[in-house]
Amino acid sequence: MNSIVIQFPGSNRDRDMIAALSKISNKAPTLVWHKETSLPKADLIVIPGGFSYGDYLRAGAIAARSPIVEEIKNAAAKGVPILGVCNGFQILSEAQLLPGTLMRNASLKFVCKTVKLEVTNNQTFFTSKYQKNQIISCPVAHHDGNYFTSPDQLQRLEDNQQVAFRYADNTNPNGSINDIAGVFNEQKNILGLMPHPENLIEKAHGGEDGRPLFESLLEALT
Amino acid sequence: MSNYFEPEITPELIADHGLNTEEYQKILSLIGREPTYTELGIFSAMWNEHCSYKSSKKWLKTLPTTGECVIMGPGENAGVVDIGDGQAVVFKMESHNHPSFIEPYQGAATGVGGILRDVFTMGARPVAAMNALRFGEPKNHKTRHLVSGVVAGVGGYGNCFGVPVVGGEVEFDPRYNTNNLVNAFAAGIVDTDKIFYSEAKGVGLPVVYLGAKTGRDGVGGATMASAEFDNDIEEKRPTVQVGDPFTEKRLMEATLELMATGAVVAIQDMGAAGLTCSAVEMGAKGGLGITLNLDQVPVREENMTPYEMMLSESQERMLMVLHPEKEHQARAVFEKWELDFATVGKTTNDLRFSIFWQGNEVANLPIRELGDEAPEYDREWIATKPPLEPKRDLPKNDIADVLLQLIASPNLSSRRWVWEQYDTLIQGNSLQLPGGDAGVIRVDGHQSKALAFSSDVTPRYCEADPFEGGKQAVAECWRNICATGATPLACSDNLNFGNPEKPRIMGQLVGAIKGIGDACKALNFPIVSGNVSLYNETNGVGILPTPTIAGVGLLADWSKMAKIAFGAEGQIILLIGAADNWGSHLSQSQYLAQIHNDFDGPPPPVDLDKEKNSGEFIRAIVAKGLVSSVHDCSGGGLGIAIAEMALAADMGAIISPPPDSNSTAAFFGEDQGRYVIAVDEKHLQEIQNMAKASKTPALIIGATGGHTLKLGQARAISVAELKSAFEGWFPQFMAT
Repeated sequence: MNSIVIQFPGSNRDRDMIAALSKISNKAPTLVWHKETSLPKADLIVIPGGFSYGDYLRAGAIAARSPIVEEIKNAAAKGVPILGVCNGFQILSEAQLLPGTLMRNASLKFVCKTVKLEVTNNQTFFTSKYQKNQIISCPVAHHDGNYFTSPDQLQRLEDNQQVAFRYADNTNPNGSINDIAGVFNEQKNILGLMPHPENLIEKAHGGEDGRPLFESLLEALT
Repeated sequence: MSNYFEPEITPELIADHGLNTEEYQKILSLIGREPTYTELGIFSAMWNEHCSYKSSKKWLKTLPTTGECVIMGPGENAGVVDIGDGQAVVFKMESHNHPSFIEPYQGAATGVGGILRDVFTMGARPVAAMNALRFGEPKNHKTRHLVSGVVAGVGGYGNCFGVPVVGGEVEFDPRYNTNNLVNAFAAGIVDTDKIFYSEAKGVGLPVVYLGAKTGRDGVGGATMASAEFDNDIEEKRPTVQVGDPFTEKRLMEATLELMATGAVVAIQDMGAAGLTCSAVEMGAKGGLGITLNLDQVPVREENMTPYEMMLSESQERMLMVLHPEKEHQARAVFEKWELDFATVGKTTNDLRFSIFWQGNEVANLPIRELGDEAPEYDREWIATKPPLEPKRDLPKNDIADVLLQLIASPNLSSRRWVWEQYDTLIQGNSLQLPGGDAGVIRVDGHQSKALAFSSDVTPRYCEADPFEGGKQAVAECWRNICATGATPLACSDNLNFGNPEKPRIMGQLVGAIKGIGDACKALNFPIVSGNVSLYNETNGVGILPTPTIAGVGLLADWSKMAKIAFGAEGQIILLIGAADNWGSHLSQSQYLAQIHNDFDGPPPPVDLDKEKNSGEFIRAIVAKGLVSSVHDCSGGGLGIAIAEMALAADMGAIISPPPDSNSTAAFFGEDQGRYVIAVDEKHLQEIQNMAKASKTPALIIGATGGHTLKLGQARAISVAELKSAFEGWFPQFMAT
């Protein structure tokens, strides 16, 4: 699996993502700076977590106007799988590659803790290694993860199986509507999620519940 | 010399700069004329307490600062300690107390920013952070506002920058009502052959300014932090800097990238006293002069005067001396990260610090004397006389009730509300999060090595007896690191005290430093960096003496690391390092403070030989893989330690009745040098044999299991009830 990790000024979980991709696929991802205007050929594009542009204006808003995002849109249209985690999700949402928006947490505070997630849809190449409705652990670390969308859009998301993960066991850490933790685009080649599966892939992390996400991709894309 | 635009030097102006008559006379004799306004500002910046350590230097010199693993002790941006395999850990703790009281969010944020900069200025990528915070009593009307602002500020900066918080302290006491404390710690890892220092080398080399632009924020900050507060504190708000973690993150990436090109000769971040202090330090250390042209300094406000530019404490700025042939390459790196890059001066061979602005020389001072000839005081001091053990006739308490009351008290309850606002997981190396004895992270790229971090001090002990309190701060930090199985390497001291011009306060400082020195020597735990914060007083009332010790340890194999949680049902619980009666020292304990409002008597003494012996024993049994459940006994004593082990495991325990009738002292005494361990029965014999051989007391006191905690004869408490008491206090306090 050839993967790309996009780096913006302020990306800070890029190293965590690089480590996870390298350890699970045995191949280091190619790093692409946000000012590039072309993308190398790849099986997977990943936008990692962090505080691109310091979250100024709105989280992800400025990064979504970086030159590389045009290329990501082109790749998305061609069906290339794209994964956005945390700030990556915010950027994909600001770039309108994913539906909905991520507001400030209901608590108004940054939150870092391990929550429970339910795998809502395992019929995709991001989630095939999970069982449907499987409950997994996963860390979150964000200030703006409160997912919101209009009632119509929400209905369409639910009807079209676009919800990937939901916060489970009353662990919704941010007030997200319908406990939504991660969503797909309509074609299901783009996944955005607030939790950090890359921080739960080995014994040292205290669990490996994040691993199947990367293993699903590895199996589908190799 | 032209000073046509500057105010006249008057006695009032001199006093406003925090310089007394003798100090001003010293300036006159040093330069042989009246200083310009800018020069007066420069002297004030270099000679204030914060930058010059004028009251503490004499005593700091007595501390042990060397050791087998020490690569660089105090005097650089941070201490450097060898961790083997060609790598070193770079760390320091520093206070940002005064600004955090005036403006809690920005004060705390820039405290974190400053300490992170100290670490990456030496070439190390930050890998861990801690914060020791102290606030006034919960019922004080300002406390909640300060807690909320400081915690948000620490998180706001560190989370964006991207360093995990692995530990720290949060404590309440009325003596911090008008002076809270924010002590920020950071550690980074560097290759030992790629460490960068501030000593400039070579004449005629470019002095380059990097990072954010200079504004008027923080002008006079270091001088402000070297004085007591009074009722006009609101007027000091402009002296607090404003932080931008996004710029700091880019500054770190750019600085590390630049260092890799080989362009950097010397580097110094602009912290307290900004451009002045960084330029003087680089020149004075290298035996060189520095000439600056202020017209080249990137500014973000109009009409800034040389005085303002020299004293601004705008954040996220660096000064470097570069190899001229690599200047072009260096500029490209900073342009990539969209940061300012400006050549603002050069090194000279005349040992003068000379500053030009709009074609005029506005300052010309001897560079060495600015630092080296700073006043140094041997201030009068009176040793604190430790109180005698009072006779007490305490009513008999129900042990279960006391435990529940203590564990729900402001200073012993869970700090989860605080640390869940910090990113504790970023970088993917966190092995132990806040809430245990020490925070632990893996050394990235190494199979088995890990680093342990702890920050400790018990201010009420220091108030009663500064010497024993100083010893205890070091011992507890050392003990917390041992409790994970790590070998303590070295530490940083962050000394927070009141006004040193009062002999009683100066006596506290002297006593604490003596105690710290004794403990560091006995435990082979040298001080490699630190910071002194004095004048933590308002309207004549000072804080509790608070010498915070932040230490680092090395764990050879993290797969054998110990944590505080009980390991399994049916484990045997042992108390290590205790007397046969388990514990007896109640004076200055949390129990007396919380239950009886009694603050009398001496703190528990630390027997450094026994301390060392117990710690070495714990490390030996952890390294052998005989135990993975260890917790030290500290505030709240044995009872609280057992309860925390139960809470972390969500598992109960039965503790035998203590050997004599005084179960209160056995469970809540704060005798030092003790650990609780829980071990599988199959390892018991070997552990007891090792204890016997090393003459370490190891008493069997109970066993794990079930859903309730039973302490001696007291009624059993369900772990669920304990948990709601422990977790409840902080969120309730912040919500009301």
